[in-house]
Amino acid sequence: MSRVGVIGIGHGVFGRRSDATVQELAFEAFRSAMVDADIGRDDLDASVIAAVPEYHKQRSVAGVVQEYLNLNPKPTWLTEVACSSGSAAIRTGWMAIQSGLHDVVAVIGCQKMTELGTADILALMGRVGEVQWESVFGTTFPGYYAMFATRHMHDFGTKRENLLQVAIKNHYYGARNPNALFQKEITLEKALAADPVASPFNVYDCCANADGAACIILASEEKAKAMAKDKDKVVWLDGVGCATASMSVLKRPNLTGVPSASDAASQAYRQAGVSAKDIKVAEVHDCFTIAELMAYEDLGFCEKGQGGKYIEEEKPYIGKGGVAVNVDGGLKAKGHPIGATGVSMAYEICRQLRGECGERQVPNADVGLTHNVGGIGQYCFVHVFKNS
Amino acid sequence: MFSWFGRVSFVPYSKVQDFAVHLRNGYLMGTRCKKCGFQTFPPRADCPECMSDEFEFVEYSGKGKVWTYTRIDAAPTGFDDDVPYTCVVVELEGGGRLLAWSGETLPQDEVKIDMDVQVVPRILEETPDLRVCYTVEQPGATWHKAPEPHLG
Repeated sequence: MSRVGVIGIGHGVFGRRSDATVQELAFEAFRSAMVDADIGRDDLDASVIAAVPEYHKQRSVAGVVQEYLNLNPKPTWLTEVACSSGSAAIRTGWMAIQSGLHDVVAVIGCQKMTELGTADILALMGRVGEVQWESVFGTTFPGYYAMFATRHMHDFGTKRENLLQVAIKNHYYGARNPNALFQKEITLEKALAADPVASPFNVYDCCANADGAACIILASEEKAKAMAKDKDKVVWLDGVGCATASMSVLKRPNLTGVPSASDAASQAYRQAGVSAKDIKVAEVHDCFTIAELMAYEDLGFCEKGQGGKYIEEEKPYIGKGGVAVNVDGGLKAKGHPIGATGVSMAYEICRQLRGECGERQVPNADVGLTHNVGGIGQYCFVHVFKNS
Repeated sequence: MFSWFGRVSFVPYSKVQDFAVHLRNGYLMGTRCKKCGFQTFPPRADCPECMSDEFEFVEYSGKGKVWTYTRIDAAPTGFDDDVPYTCVVVELEGGGRLLAWSGETLPQDEVKIDMDVQVVPRILEETPDLRVCYTVEQPGATWHKAPEPHLG
């Protein structure tokens, strides 16, 4: 099978973007990706937009983005699978190219989460779970992941501090990322003293809603080689794994891992011809601290149950002998504009594989992955990227 | 009638809406597939195993073990006045699991994984409309129950 390459990447600033509409956010990321690829709109065959519609006043957001980017009458479509919508967009872009239908596709993840008032957000947040049997008891997103954490701590002796060590690492790297929402380091003492959210979590175990956009340009192998001014800059998307698990927490086989993540990872590793040992840098879905800790295990970076030890020994920091994880700050420090997140992860991995990350650069980064979870693992996408 | 079920309601209609009537009468019901016998909780009208759409309600004892839990301090809309409350997931005798709050006989800080518990049907009388749910209590907890399951 021929390959699909990433020929351009772009990213806007994440945060409370009261200065911009969702299409204006999309434009920032799109323009920088097009400048990076050094191509024009005529070179594009189609676009894929990722966004979660219920946050926007504007209905059918792909239409307004496509118009604002001046991409009419080229085809576009929206992908929505909660927090993993961005990776779903990348997957469908990859599929469109591999099918032979299109050669060059712009993938744009964009989300404006602060358009709704606090009351509307809290009402939406009250329906994140299965609404017939669970949400009617006031479950929350942190509450769901907290139930995983309770079980992980019980089964494996994972410590409360281990969870916050994930947040401390991600704030450490967020402080070095100009696109991040929180560019400030935190201490364990400060993190432990924060307001409770859902036991064992407090606010430092939770990522924050944000506005933002990211964009990558995908091209067929032939087009990527023909169009790229600098062939060494092309990053190859060689593994696209995807799996699902039950919506209801009641139906899960266990609460110490995310089965869709391990399924998607084994697909992506097999397809890309790599194993967990080959991964130098990873962007994982740390919507809550336990989610990153379980990702170390689900992706095979450490043994099942050893996630707490892995972070305690600082293995996911750069140069500590493990896989460097979320060295852009992750969802925790960068912010989580849910439609944009999967594309933002791909952006960061491409920059790492291109060697452009400065003080956050992972040495010898040749293979990287993104792990993007929707909901509590109802959906999971794992993508493997290579720089040669 | 399914709108009776829960601390709040998001789902007014369901093919298993008689569940709420049974709960009001003091019966915790799961469902059994009439064709292959697959039994589960929460109730469902359509069999996930053999795809039959013929089901019957089957009485659950409500006995079970705690699978996991969390104490919620930051609540969504409609639950602001209830914090903190503890959501407990119970593995049920008879198959399946449910999620509910710890009740009066089970203090929130005493909930532990693997402890034996009793799920108890409740009528929440403080609300103007009929509202039914269940809580997680200490083993041996009792409740008012109609002599026979019926839909009246």
